[in-house]
Amino acid sequence: MSEIVQISDLHKSFGDLNVLKGIDLTVQSGETVVLLGSSGSGKSTLLRCVNFMEEPTQGSVSLHGELIGTEAGGKMQYRESELCALRTRIGMVFQHFNLFPHMTVEQNVMEGQVTVLKRSKSEAQSKAMTQLERVGLADKASEYPARLSGGQKQRVAIARALAMDPDVMLFDEVTSALDPELVGEVLKTMRQLADEGMTMLVVTHELGFAYHVANRVLFLHDGKILEEGKPQQVLKNPQTQRMREFLDGHSLFKLPD
Amino acid sequence: MVEWNFLAVFSDFDLLMIGLSNTLKVTALALLFGVPLGLVFAVMRLSTTRPLSMAAAFIIEFFRTTPPLVQLFWFFFALPILIDVRMTPFIAAIVTFSIQSSAFFAEIFRGGIQSIDKGQWEGAKAIGMNYRQSLQRVILPQAVKRMIPAFMERSIELLKTTTLVSTVAYADLMFQANDLAQKTFRPLEVYTVVAVMYFLLIFVFSQLSIAVERRLAQSGESTVR
Repeated sequence: MSEIVQISDLHKSFGDLNVLKGIDLTVQSGETVVLLGSSGSGKSTLLRCVNFMEEPTQGSVSLHGELIGTEAGGKMQYRESELCALRTRIGMVFQHFNLFPHMTVEQNVMEGQVTVLKRSKSEAQSKAMTQLERVGLADKASEYPARLSGGQKQRVAIARALAMDPDVMLFDEVTSALDPELVGEVLKTMRQLADEGMTMLVVTHELGFAYHVANRVLFLHDGKILEEGKPQQVLKNPQTQRMREFLDGHSLFKLPD
Repeated sequence: MVEWNFLAVFSDFDLLMIGLSNTLKVTALALLFGVPLGLVFAVMRLSTTRPLSMAAAFIIEFFRTTPPLVQLFWFFFALPILIDVRMTPFIAAIVTFSIQSSAFFAEIFRGGIQSIDKGQWEGAKAIGMNYRQSLQRVILPQAVKRMIPAFMERSIELLKTTTLVSTVAYADLMFQANDLAQKTFRPLEVYTVVAVMYFLLIFVFSQLSIAVERRLAQSGESTVR
């Protein structure tokens, strides 16, 4: 196993608000790491710092052992070209899909390959079809996103990210905007990716997914990692009061077994 | 009783046609330069680099608030005193109306760009696109669609404003009309015909824009989700 993502002493603040207060995290190749935490705990911000959708205020991020940015005068400097190149190697899927509505499904999946990676149209097209088959949507290739269900849109967004051949995939609450009925198909696709050995960093409220798919679960509270470990351990035998409260909040009104 | 006599007007109708073609020429060139320049100003104004956005804001506000006639006179009479250029009425007209309309187009572009959900920028960014690629491939194609009605409206406004160039002796439709009216002593008929010509020109254009708007409404672009 090799280290894909290495985060050390990561801090992020928005003005006076300190969201992340020193995070250390290493993600190994092929690992699925799930980030849990209540809203405001900083889990989405942490995810967004990995591909620099947000620039960290302090600390460092490395991909495959390469430090991102250059240090100058005690502060990290990031060039746009460096970050763009980095993002082609880190796939990201959002809560609200962010598909391009003026392009067909196939064009959505081709766009980054052609515009950013400069692949030929035909290569991009065949790659797009491969990824659409992978998420089970090859038959929707010529549809526009507006004609798809939420679950289908999210799977297209996954295919769009996969088509860039990323080293790691980030999932930011990707089922939170979906009808409960459609959550399953997206989680199934994600599980399939995990089984195929994709390295994944997942922010979610789906405890069942964390329990069954994650290799490791992190619980964030107030900008710090409060608990970390195997899902069976963290979710079944929490060590802190805060984590117990969090889990209780999720299991209110559970159906009886 | 007033006697209408269009004969004099129609026997010199080619004069008016030259004017019409010059009017269209000025309008078309002002659009050709004004639209891209407007995009540049809009991008500058949206920039997070303060001096850039402030410079753009100043230019835009200046050209939106000063009367176009003052701008035209400034470029035609004042600029040649400041710098060594030979200003012709034609060049002064093109310069004035390109910059003047670019100020308005900049605001249309800015509104269009800002109306696009920020998730679209993030979606583009996440697949490695830089600012220019995101704007060109993702944001503008969606924004331009929403801008078309305002864009058409502004173009009609521009066409009407070009009548001012007659004051610096550029032979547009209005200038030719003045010329013809004095020559024929038939201002009633001349200006009536010219009014009808402007009306027809703009009527056709605005009908076109209504048709485009309807088509866009039908294609029902639902963005974001």
